[in-house]
Amino acid sequence: MARIIVITSGKGGVGKTTTAAALAMGLAQRGKRTVVIDFDVGLRNLDLIMGCERRVVYDFVNVINQEANLNQALIRDKRCDHLYVLPASQTRDKDALTKEGVGRILEELSQIYDFIVCDSPAGIEHGATMAMYFADDAVVVTNPEVSSVRDSDRMLGILSSKSRRAETNDEPIREFLLLTRYDPARVESGEMLSVDDVQDILSLNLLGIIPESKAVLTASNSGSPVILDRESDAGQAYGDMVARYLGEEVPHRFLHTEKKGFLSRLFRG
Amino acid sequence: MGDSRIETARDQGRPTPESNIMAVNSPNKVADASQGFELKAASFTLPIIRLVDSDIDAVAVRLGAKVEQAPDFFHNTPVVIDLSGFPSDAGTVGLPLLVGLLRGYGMIPFGVRGGNQEQNAAAEALELAILRDSYVRAGKSAAKANPHESDAGTELDAEPLQPRSAGISKGEPPTRRASTGSMVVARPVRSGQRVYAAGGDLSIVAAVSSGAELMADGNIHVYGPLRGRALAGMSGNLEARIFCQDLQAELVSIAGHYRVSENIPAEMRGFPVQIFLDQKILRIEKL
Repeated sequence: MARIIVITSGKGGVGKTTTAAALAMGLAQRGKRTVVIDFDVGLRNLDLIMGCERRVVYDFVNVINQEANLNQALIRDKRCDHLYVLPASQTRDKDALTKEGVGRILEELSQIYDFIVCDSPAGIEHGATMAMYFADDAVVVTNPEVSSVRDSDRMLGILSSKSRRAETNDEPIREFLLLTRYDPARVESGEMLSVDDVQDILSLNLLGIIPESKAVLTASNSGSPVILDRESDAGQAYGDMVARYLGEEVPHRFLHTEKKGFLSRLFRG
Repeated sequence: MGDSRIETARDQGRPTPESNIMAVNSPNKVADASQGFELKAASFTLPIIRLVDSDIDAVAVRLGAKVEQAPDFFHNTPVVIDLSGFPSDAGTVGLPLLVGLLRGYGMIPFGVRGGNQEQNAAAEALELAILRDSYVRAGKSAAKANPHESDAGTELDAEPLQPRSAGISKGEPPTRRASTGSMVVARPVRSGQRVYAAGGDLSIVAAVSSGAELMADGNIHVYGPLRGRALAGMSGNLEARIFCQDLQAELVSIAGHYRVSENIPAEMRGFPVQIFLDQKILRIEKL
């Protein structure tokens, strides 16, 4: 049975799709059979971030409507054999997602894959609730600013009341916090909420802190998940996140501004 | 668009408040000096607040503006809440807030009319009188019988005030839910979530986020930061209290007497406190 992970936030633009792509790629690189599904029907982006936009023939909605079978719609990643992408439809709207249809597809995928990563659209409407309904785990992506924190809080409330696990009185969804676009310099100068400030409100299992990084935009534009950029701090932070998700103990990095090292001071002087 | 309409007979430019009081004579009068009291019926002309929108926040804004124009007029004024224009699917949650709002402006809301069954039950829980049509008719016929009042032409907007016959004749207290509905919540109460302990106490052993709403007919205990709203004594229990370890609430209310965050003293914020009613004044005290 696959583990179904939803990447959610409530607020838009916080890094859900970037995170979904990185998590899926990270799991696949560790040999886990992984599929990542774009639930943002009508505003699909995951295919771009994954760099497979020119290979989309059939999509999620086609499979729900049984106009295509799963194998026709799944796109195999060229960089990693264990990773598949199920793109969203760009021409339909989110009402095309039905609980029965989504459930059937997730059930079918569960037979084959180890992990199913669901990239949720922003908001708390139908698309987002469909993405989280069947989840076993939830990664709540949050930026260190008040509106994002409040929206995440709201989303956590919905997760605990409107999911399949809540409705069947099953063990609740495991919730993780991923703090993205973290800028230690701005935190230190008091302009940005710190990890502690955010945790004070959300008090969740902290899966990772992704520093604000130019590498993320570059990676998105080139269609290569940022986790593949092992040189960048964001890529490394996403690598740590995947390790933590799989149960490894990894200390949190990128929490503080780089101290000027002895050598750099020597050379500057 | 949120709207509340204040309809009142006094708007008609009557000279004195006395003229608004209509004494109804003997038929309804049960005088018995030997029992130490007289039971009689009387009609009063009162302002009615007719709600036409369920958006209490919008109503609050409009009401605030209205009261601003004539603060003395509303001070200690008994008012009736007319729910007939209120969307019937809007539920009853707004009623305690509205009552608190009116009390906050110095008005004395004491009854409702035109509500559906659910709204009447909520009103009853708040110890408001349910003014049924029979009272209205009685008031109208009384007005016709009174030559001094017959030309007023304002009966539609006036609500006669009479004792609740049911309560008196049967000698029974108003029905109350049994106080067994206590609840303990061990998970954080998130923004947008609403927890109601009907008929009992509510204990939260976690944080309550801003945007969350706690309601209880009894006391509320929060063992963690309280950042949302807490409304204790929902069914009008003036003895209900709120206890919390870390007060950062957006709103606290006991039996409809409420304070918003802005009016909570800064020196209380972040401290363990208890909140209770003292002579109907909401008090916040450090523990």
